[in-house]
Amino acid sequence: MPPDLLAAALLVARKDLAIEFRTRSAFFSAVVFSLLAVSIFYFAWDPTAIPSADLAPGVLWVTFAFSGLLGLHRSFGVEGADGAMDALLAAPIPREAIFLGKAGANTAFVLAVQAVAMPAVVLLYNVGGGVAWLPIAAIAVLAAIGLVAVGTLFSSVVANTRLAELLLPLLALPFFVPIVTSAAQATAQLLGGRPLADAASWLKLLAAYDLVFVAACTWIYPHSLDA
Amino acid sequence: MTSPAKPAPLAASPIRTPSVDGLLVLGVVAFAAALVRAAFFTPPDATQGLAQKIFYVHAPSAFVALYCACGLVLVCSALWLWLKDERLDRVAEASTEVGLAFMTVVLITGPLWGRPIWGAFWTWDARLTLSLFLWFVLLGYQILRGAVEEPEQRARYSAVLGVLAGLLVPFIHLSVYLFRTLHPMPIVLKPSSPSLSSEMLVSFLFSMSAMLLLFAGLVRARYRLAMDQAELEHLEGRG
Repeated sequence: MPPDLLAAALLVARKDLAIEFRTRSAFFSAVVFSLLAVSIFYFAWDPTAIPSADLAPGVLWVTFAFSGLLGLHRSFGVEGADGAMDALLAAPIPREAIFLGKAGANTAFVLAVQAVAMPAVVLLYNVGGGVAWLPIAAIAVLAAIGLVAVGTLFSSVVANTRLAELLLPLLALPFFVPIVTSAAQATAQLLGGRPLADAASWLKLLAAYDLVFVAACTWIYPHSLDA
Repeated sequence: MTSPAKPAPLAASPIRTPSVDGLLVLGVVAFAAALVRAAFFTPPDATQGLAQKIFYVHAPSAFVALYCACGLVLVCSALWLWLKDERLDRVAEASTEVGLAFMTVVLITGPLWGRPIWGAFWTWDARLTLSLFLWFVLLGYQILRGAVEEPEQRARYSAVLGVLAGLLVPFIHLSVYLFRTLHPMPIVLKPSSPSLSSEMLVSFLFSMSAMLLLFAGLVRARYRLAMDQAELEHLEGRG
């Protein structure tokens, strides 16, 4: 990666994070949404029939996908005001840097929401101690990268359509299927006390997804803009 | 597919009289004939009985939707990003719409067969799940097209989605493949010789050819409709 691309991407990411840090609007709504979703899921099952710890991975990653959408929509939504997007496109930086910067900021956002949602699931669903937390954190990072790559691109696309925020889940959720499936299955293996090797094929799938979609979305993003 | 990309000037544009679309008629007749052959002139399966006959509709539709329609969308989308030719966008549009119809047939006939044979309309099996999500992606593609007014922008966004969807398929397949599968393994397209009686095989290949003809006819008709719509918009001064 050329250094100027990386520097420009970091600049874009810093700008987005600064906006988010000063307003904190999307972060708090995403966190509250996650906590609400985690609580509602608990009452959607019969706790005497299924142990709540067995539900935890599914609840965690489904909530992750939906709360991610909240942050992703805002990513290009904020650029709509005052022609900010035009200014960003006119900036003398590669367009890939805009995408990578936006995606970087979104990854930080999604992981920050997950950092609140995960302990909430552990507390509310009585997930036992003695679980290897480091691999689960690694799953979160892998899942966040893939989700954000696809989600950031679609956020850019839908921002210019008539349906805007209604369209984002419709386009993005089928793309989240491999992420949610792999992350939930791998988490379930680890929470069940099985060794990391049992979750290896799911982790490989996640890593491959990240590689393919980060590369593809970064390449395709400039093509999605007006020439 | 040789029609001009730009609408012809008004004076040179002949008034198109409604004519019979030969390819489409051939496809419909062949499909009807394939149904008659499968229903009345092919022996029922020894173990599955009459339910097996749905295979003559289900498997060819799945083949056409998955490989012809989705393949065409992927190829046209990728080529559009490169060549920016509006005809490619129209082929992709036509192919998605027809593919969505064929995929709907797959999702309806599958459960109809599954109920008597598996005892359940639906299972979260690899192929079923893949088909369902492809159906959702095709539907999303249609909705995205409807949400963008400007033709060039619509083509651009559609091509982006088309290419990404092509990349998604192997991942959905892999992630659901790691679950246990219930779906019958391939019977015709497999390394050893097809394990079908010759009468069944002929019926199957007949259905497959009919479906391919029907697909080609429908895509061509839909492509022509898109051309006419663009011409109309042009004449109305909106294009």
